[in-house]
Amino acid sequence: MTSKFSLTSLAAAALVAGAGAAAAQDCPIKVGVLHSLSGTMAISETTLKDTMEMLVAQQNEAGGVLGCDLEAVVVDPASDWPLFAEKARELLTVHEVDVIFGNWTSVSRKSVLPVIEELNGLLFYPVQYEGEESSKNVFYTGAAPNQQAIPATDYFLEELGVEKFALLGTDYVYPRTTNNILESYLKDNGIAEEDIFVNYTPFGHSDWATIVADVVALGADGKQVGVISTINGDANIGFYKELAAAGVSADDIPVVAFSVGEEELSGLDTSNLEGHLAAWNYFMSADTPENAEFIEAWHAFIGNEDRVTNDPMEAHYIGFNMWVNAVEQAGTAEVDAVRDAMYGQTFPNLTGGTAEMLVNHHLSKPVLIGEIRADGQFDIISQTEPVPGDAWTDFLPESAVLTSDWKELGCGMYNTETETCVQLTSNY
Amino acid sequence: MLRALLFALALCICLPSARAQQSGGETLQSVLQRHAEEVADPGRRSVGTVIEDLVASGLPGVSEFLERWQNKGVFVRESDGLFFYAEPQGNGYALTDISTLEPAGTASDMTEIRPNGGVRRVIGAALVQFQLSDPDRARRVAALDAIERSPDADQIDPLTQSIENEPDPAIKRRKERLAGNLAARFADTTEERVAAIERLSSELDVQTRSVLNLVLASTARAAPSLPEDANIARVLTPGTDITEAEAYARLVAADLAPPAASPDQIKALLTSNIVDGRVGGVPVGQLNTDDGRARAYAALIDDVDTDVPALVTNETRAAALSNHVFFEEYAEPDPAITDAARAALDEVEARVARNQMLDISLDALSLASIYFLAAIGLAVTFGVMGVINMAHGEFIMMGAYTGYVVQQIIPDYTASLLVALPLAFAVTFAAGVAMERLVIRHLYHRPLETLLATFGISIALQQLAKNIFGTQARPLTSPGWLDGAWVINDVVQIANIRIAIFVLALLFLGLILFILNKTRLGLEVRAVTQNPGMAASMGINPGRINMLTFGMGSGIAGIAGVAIGLYAKVTSEMGADYIVQSFMTVVVGGVGNVWGTLAGATLIGGLQKGIEWFNPSNTLAAQTYMILFIILFIQFRPKGIVALKGRAAGD
Amino acid sequence: MTQGFLSKNPSVLWFLAILGLFTVVVTVLAEATGIGLLSTSFIKTLGKTLCLCLIAVAMDVVWGYCGILSLGHFAFFGIGGYAIGMWLMYARTEIIVTESLAAAAIPPTPSEIENAIGTQIFGVVGSSDFPALWAFSDSLFLQLLMVVLVPGLLALVFGWLAFRSRVTGVYLSILTQAMTLALSLYLFQNDSGLRGNNGLSGLQNLPGLEDTPQSVVSIGFFWASALALAMGYVLFAWVVSGKMGSVIRGIRDNESRVRFLGYHVESYKLFVFTLTAIVSGIAGALYYPQAGIINPAEIAPIASIYLAVWVAIGGRGRLYGAVIGAAFVSLLSSWFTGGGAPSIPLGFYTINWTDWWLVLLGLSFVLVTLFAPKGIGGLFDYITINRAPQRVGDFGPDKGALRREEGQQEPEERRP
Repeated sequence: MTSKFSLTSLAAAALVAGAGAAAAQDCPIKVGVLHSLSGTMAISETTLKDTMEMLVAQQNEAGGVLGCDLEAVVVDPASDWPLFAEKARELLTVHEVDVIFGNWTSVSRKSVLPVIEELNGLLFYPVQYEGEESSKNVFYTGAAPNQQAIPATDYFLEELGVEKFALLGTDYVYPRTTNNILESYLKDNGIAEEDIFVNYTPFGHSDWATIVADVVALGADGKQVGVISTINGDANIGFYKELAAAGVSADDIPVVAFSVGEEELSGLDTSNLEGHLAAWNYFMSADTPENAEFIEAWHAFIGNEDRVTNDPMEAHYIGFNMWVNAVEQAGTAEVDAVRDAMYGQTFPNLTGGTAEMLVNHHLSKPVLIGEIRADGQFDIISQTEPVPGDAWTDFLPESAVLTSDWKELGCGMYNTETETCVQLTSNY
Repeated sequence: MLRALLFALALCICLPSARAQQSGGETLQSVLQRHAEEVADPGRRSVGTVIEDLVASGLPGVSEFLERWQNKGVFVRESDGLFFYAEPQGNGYALTDISTLEPAGTASDMTEIRPNGGVRRVIGAALVQFQLSDPDRARRVAALDAIERSPDADQIDPLTQSIENEPDPAIKRRKERLAGNLAARFADTTEERVAAIERLSSELDVQTRSVLNLVLASTARAAPSLPEDANIARVLTPGTDITEAEAYARLVAADLAPPAASPDQIKALLTSNIVDGRVGGVPVGQLNTDDGRARAYAALIDDVDTDVPALVTNETRAAALSNHVFFEEYAEPDPAITDAARAALDEVEARVARNQMLDISLDALSLASIYFLAAIGLAVTFGVMGVINMAHGEFIMMGAYTGYVVQQIIPDYTASLLVALPLAFAVTFAAGVAMERLVIRHLYHRPLETLLATFGISIALQQLAKNIFGTQARPLTSPGWLDGAWVINDVVQIANIRIAIFVLALLFLGLILFILNKTRLGLEVRAVTQNPGMAASMGINPGRINMLTFGMGSGIAGIAGVAIGLYAKVTSEMGADYIVQSFMTVVVGGVGNVWGTLAGATLIGGLQKGIEWFNPSNTLAAQTYMILFIILFIQFRPKGIVALKGRAAGD
Repeated sequence: MTQGFLSKNPSVLWFLAILGLFTVVVTVLAEATGIGLLSTSFIKTLGKTLCLCLIAVAMDVVWGYCGILSLGHFAFFGIGGYAIGMWLMYARTEIIVTESLAAAAIPPTPSEIENAIGTQIFGVVGSSDFPALWAFSDSLFLQLLMVVLVPGLLALVFGWLAFRSRVTGVYLSILTQAMTLALSLYLFQNDSGLRGNNGLSGLQNLPGLEDTPQSVVSIGFFWASALALAMGYVLFAWVVSGKMGSVIRGIRDNESRVRFLGYHVESYKLFVFTLTAIVSGIAGALYYPQAGIINPAEIAPIASIYLAVWVAIGGRGRLYGAVIGAAFVSLLSSWFTGGGAPSIPLGFYTINWTDWWLVLLGLSFVLVTLFAPKGIGGLFDYITINRAPQRVGDFGPDKGALRREEGQQEPEERRP
């Protein structure tokens, strides 16, 4: 596969460059896949690359789009953020893809944004993120903070009666912004500032003894303590191990994680973690026929019955199918036409219900809260009605006045107070 | 299938009715059906009514039901909404009738009821009265856990009654302590409560502190003057105890002062009142300063007769603040109780602070032992032989992966650990010897190039590990007897695995010292270190000694890898996390001396924990400052803490 | 002087000629200025490679000539990038913000403008206040000054501390590595005020040149990088020639002897260390606007080690060797990791170069160190008559460089 693409890319590179945007109906319609296949993010992103290849193959079996076959153009940005920008430029100018599915980390998205906007590309971004961004050229199929963090916090406040919060995160943009929003939200809900403990640790942190002890000590004033974890990746292993060693059960101090899914738990012995929580828009254990079919197709494609499915995969599944429908509807794969056709697209979720693409380029999706089971899966214990994604959070004063509406207002950062468009390009 | 269903249906219609006569027409099922929706999807705040009803019914199966409900053992049958206990059986479930506890056939359209953590806690609290004197020890512990989680005045009596007949001394002690905690908060008379509170002052656990803190709960208030009848915790001075803005916000919240216009409000009002390019007589062009806006706003609020917020200047604010007092008032009206609680809490907290120091010291010791273990191999190769081995971290990784692979083959964790430790040593020993023979031997007179060549090996090994094991972290699970922690008290505790690592580090310290100082090999190593030429002329083969020394250093790295993997994680990059740390440990400690490495590890571990102690919310900063400190430290003691003196110092 | 310098160093002329020719060819093939055979992203890659060549030359001077194996020069490179990035972000955001605020009915106050810029820049890391670090970010001139001053001062202070206490050899290497690690850990914190892990992004969009297409911007930066490389090369060729060059090489080969001859070794080392740091900063300032984003991962210790790898593979102790090494390895690396190299099916296993490239690089690095210490540059010795004075020192820069055989003892350095 790879060698074929690299040969075409070489050939293309030799010929290219001068030709402008190709007529969209040219067959095949090219789908760029911009996920790291090497480096630190490869473990998460390779799965999404495979998902995209599966979806493209399925679509081609079903007759392609507009009578054309789809062709997946896979490049490897190697977990190197500047390389993401370079590869995005290559996809758009050398391979002339019609749409890109890709990115995982926020920093890689911020790296790609200027290129996508300059060349008017189209990116589907499948991972939950911190919001505070709206680009004309990006559709965010992952959760915005109000589709993951806020409902989970509500659950803590309402259902678990948590009165004191420990916000633990890895020190990067997603936890920082999310915790900022949550702090503001908790204060609005009557939690005093001194009842919010915030801690940031580096990527891959392993020495958790002191922090876990600090969290346990938070309970000293008789309030119910809860942990909201935006700890990323490997660091979770040490964290949960230390929690278990300290004998902290979910009944004493519940932990809700936003970055721990089925994939992450597969590297862990979860018997000590039963009852801790995670919030996502999708869990593999969702009991619907669509999900069963998806899991079966995934296992057949990857040839391994043990592989799990996760939330970003569902995001790609929804995003890809919406894009296909939008192309069919627009009659062309040309970016501007497809974008207009995207608004109001609906597609069934894997967890039941229907996702809808909003004019702010976010989806409306239900929020699920799951309890970790001993087998590394989640018991879904709460499922909300579909929540519309909000690009600009309502819980920070600077962002509360902003709204995003690319259809009517044609602006992703519209100040409702001054009634002006702050900027057309996005923040990066 | 259908027959089974019908049978089940018949069962639940007939059997309960048979029981029904005994308890006045009520069965558990019928009580539950009255609250069907709430039982199937319980919420923390609303579940109370169901439980009350259940308990009030006095039916015999209530406690059993509550327990099963709590543990996700209750199912609802979709077809008729009846509740059952169920066990998965084949594709369906084997049902048990809730009221009679008799088998009720099988069914497949069952939905598991999953009460969330909050509901489980409420149920647990309701179960307390059933469980406190239960013959099953685990149930009694569960009841005490529930009391700890949600203490309540009603629990005092059943708890005190159950103390007397408690057979288990540990549980009895715990019951007594809990009863004391409850008495401190809920006892009827002041004397009883003060006495209970005073007894608490000798404790230090989290529950005690929470009891005292709850007794001392206070609210912030503002008033024109200090009220006479209030039990005042403390009086706050604006500007020192709270900021002036905060104080004013409290006045506004208490309706004691008018709300101030925020810059946004000012701007909005000005924007909506632009008349012919002027606002309140001020030209729009002059509104680009706060001063100009204030003038326009002041002029405007005289004209506009809406209830817009007033412009609060610094003077009016200061006046409002000086006319009011700010204080915190205890929720508990009785000063005798709050005074006693304050005194007790001060005492407890002083004890907690002392214990926290101890805890941090233990953590620091643990971290130091991890650094020591990671660095001791390096201390041998770098310190004794003067060879920079950048691939040292990868040897650690190799050891950890060896442990992982062994665990895949031998499922018993204890046995696999016993195999993994020597195997990791053997694997990395071999790798070290191979590296020494193939690469390092040729570079002994070019130390900088050794650094680079071993770095090349390091990136190759790291990538190799990624290719073989993938980039995802691999589990290396410690045996059960290493789980858990050594709990000295509620504040001071340390995970068993860390103790094990500490012991391992001590073991290796002793072993290395023994080998270097008491064996023939050690003598030869020291001889080659000091003067290879002279050693060679005395009949020692320097090549062989170098090879063995290097292998030994690498082998210890492999064992360190198993230990580190047990407490943290196994990834291809784990070596890189420790390599710079390890080098600094060796360099700070002083090259060529095992005691120096120990001192270096202690210093670095202690320092890192110390900085974290001062700035608990930022672990990254602690690492940064630690490295800066080390850089400075080396400026002033370039030879490290334990510097070799005399001839042994060599260069 | 110049006459003599150039005639004594014909390789400089050769280098300049080749660089000039290369620049002309690329310009002709580029999209904006020529026939468009080379895509914009490739021009950017070439421009970035030239910047890497420049820092490699600097590294060669400090390591190959002066014998200081600095594992921290990418820190200076990064600082240069951050310095210019701060201005780029500030100025770009200022334009957007003033435009948007000017549209409001009431003119904005200065503090409103600053707040709005702060929110735009730091909103992603959940803050809106300007850290003190950004005090000069509104001025291009001052930030350009920072590109030179900050790396220079850091190198001066660090070098002074280190050389003064006679920290040499591997100790110094580890110390410089610790410095890089501390800096990158510091920058990783969001509290550092430089947007933490996200770093500064969108740097390819030059403020005031929004309408200029990237194809033009990229060729402009390519020229600037080429010019900087040419100037840097000449500067360093001059530094390492003549009497000062001899002293510097003398320090590499035997520091104590040079000291006993009456030279103030510390001053020479400090001069070389600081000068190379400044040039690294400049290289970084040119590199990151082409890369578009800078974040702390760029200055992790591994980057500086790669720098040493380039120089070693290219050939230490000759400036063109460093250029060849940097260009060769970094381009080869992006070809391999970019999936450009065809996979090799072995029947039972397929060698996928994205996975195996680092293994290959690591091993070839070991082989080069062991068997070809002169690196690629050493090949030139076979095709040219080596007119450079016969120096002992091809084997490198540390004590014992004179030992040609193992076990042969040289008088050890002693501390006074």
